[in-house]
Amino acid sequence: MSLYVTELRRLFKRRLTRLLLVLLVLGLAGVATAFSYSSHKLSPAVVAEAQAKADADYRQATKDWERTVAECDAAAARGEKTEERYGPDCGRQWQPQPEMFDPKWHLPYQFDFRGEFGNFIAVFAGMLALFAFIVGASFVGAEWSTGGMMNLLLWRPKRLAVLATKLAAVLSAVLGVSIVLGALWTLAFWLIGTYRGSTAKMTSGAWQSTAISGGRALALVLAVAAVAAALASLGRHTAMALGAAVGLGVISEIGIRIAVGLAGVRFGDRYVLSTYAMAWFEKQWKLLDYKSCDFAQGQCNPKELLITWQDSALVFGVGTALVLVAAFWLMRRRDIS
Amino acid sequence: MSAVLEIEGLRKTYRSRKRGVRHALDGFDMRVEAGQVHGFLGPNGSGKTTTLRTLLGLIKPNGGRMAILGQELPHSLPVVAGQVGAIVESPQFFPHFSARDTLGLLAQAGELPRQRVDEVLELVGLRDRAGERVKTYSLGMKQRLAVASALLKNPRLLILDEPANGLDPGGIREMRSLMRDLAAAGMTVVLSSHILGEIQLICDSVTIISLGRRVAFGPVEQVLAAHSQGTVRVRLEAVTDLPKAADTLTRAGIRVGTEPDHLLLTGVDKPATVSRLLAEQGLYVSELTPVAVDLESVFLELTATAPVPGQHRQVDQSTKVGEPGTAGTGGGWGA
Repeated sequence: MSLYVTELRRLFKRRLTRLLLVLLVLGLAGVATAFSYSSHKLSPAVVAEAQAKADADYRQATKDWERTVAECDAAAARGEKTEERYGPDCGRQWQPQPEMFDPKWHLPYQFDFRGEFGNFIAVFAGMLALFAFIVGASFVGAEWSTGGMMNLLLWRPKRLAVLATKLAAVLSAVLGVSIVLGALWTLAFWLIGTYRGSTAKMTSGAWQSTAISGGRALALVLAVAAVAAALASLGRHTAMALGAAVGLGVISEIGIRIAVGLAGVRFGDRYVLSTYAMAWFEKQWKLLDYKSCDFAQGQCNPKELLITWQDSALVFGVGTALVLVAAFWLMRRRDIS
Repeated sequence: MSAVLEIEGLRKTYRSRKRGVRHALDGFDMRVEAGQVHGFLGPNGSGKTTTLRTLLGLIKPNGGRMAILGQELPHSLPVVAGQVGAIVESPQFFPHFSARDTLGLLAQAGELPRQRVDEVLELVGLRDRAGERVKTYSLGMKQRLAVASALLKNPRLLILDEPANGLDPGGIREMRSLMRDLAAAGMTVVLSSHILGEIQLICDSVTIISLGRRVAFGPVEQVLAAHSQGTVRVRLEAVTDLPKAADTLTRAGIRVGTEPDHLLLTGVDKPATVSRLLAEQGLYVSELTPVAVDLESVFLELTATAPVPGQHRQVDQSTKVGEPGTAGTGGGWGA
């Protein structure tokens, strides 16, 4: 227990951890603040103003239509051909209707907590994952490269326990930061919804769904932290984790896309990691195979492949487990020189 | 006297596709008695640091037996780790932490009282600089911090790899005094160093390693005596008598080296014999002095690492015990 507390203390004593934490808080606060300015509460006056604008648009359109019909009738009376220019029956069939002028078009953007907070959970998870990756990688990587790990092993000559404790410290720190900042993030958007948007229809079911989305985001952030720490331990340097992340990003998002595109693989995006990240956040992600369609024959519904969050759980879970097992195996096997 | 550290037949082999098989430790033996300051010497690449790392569980051996404080290693290392303080090679610490933070974290990990940090900082002379970041420290100050971290546990066995590296002359003297005080207080100290004069001054016993094998061990005086080879310097009242004296002594079976103003005799058991032999020929001795060898010359001879003019010795060019024509197998010591 003392080692765990020590490692937790060591983690928060690190300058990089503190700096990144400050940047993370500032970044999240910046996003929330900027977004709060873009959302406007739809008060009765704002709605009435939009309705008035819609009515005015309707009246103007009706006036224009009446004038056009009158011009068409006059031209017809002069014996001119009107159908090509004004349509059949001088376009009487196109008389504007009030329902064609939706007042919503004149409403400013209003944040809807129930409908949109899910997207902001993904934004939050993305920023937190970046924080978790750098902190996790550098906490283990810098310990190796500066000799801290060796010093620690002279005090606690149990390699697996030391690595596991460091990992536990990183994960619990990321978990704690995520919970605290996640609660503040939710509160911030709840307040934006309350004062500059809408929090309507937030039933207990909606809250439950939000909590599950938050849980999935948290799991991804923890997996990122664990993989970063494990990669840094494998390479015994922070750069190993950062290099692996960049390499994986390039291979997965560019290399594989090009390769499957050239090979004509159907649903090639199922081999790309970001597909599974999208499915993880959105619960499911639909891939479309446009090659299955012959648009010359008219409308076509392309074939679909549904990637579910369970598929993502399998991919990310197996990937994380493999990296962790490799890190612990090498920690046990390799000499420290 | 009980052994605090025992190593028997320790082997560590590195295999590389490029360089083939290299035996870093090739049946190495070592024994350190309780309460001693023990010097651990060897040329670069001889296996010193590999031995210490293996002992401390950082490297897995391929064979052999190790024990600290009677506990078999590496199995019982977690049991004895609390009683072993060590620094291995150059001191490495997280550069953005202060010395106090660094030691505080180690003390917390080892469940030691916080005041112990202040005690060791005082002991190594870092008290007034303890709040500064390690990256601002000189090599000598980092070395002091490393020694402080090793002393933090108040260990029964202290293993120090090059503790005087980077220290100023005052610091070296302080380190020497500290080692002596620690040993006097009952701590056993294993000291690996290339400053052989220091080793000779402060160590009770030594082990010399070359190419992964022990080439000499025992109390310092015993190792020196075994290698003094009974060398004696002889001066006569008249320098012109030196050739005649050399002839007389050679005929008596003594190896004689002629210098411009004196003779150097080797293989002399009793200097009085020399005096008698020369007196019988009417040659009168003005100086008859046993030539003391120092640890450095013994080390260079045993490990065959003395510089040779015009040659550039490579790191792995040193003595391997058991090879024909190599030193270190006679005189009752060596493997």
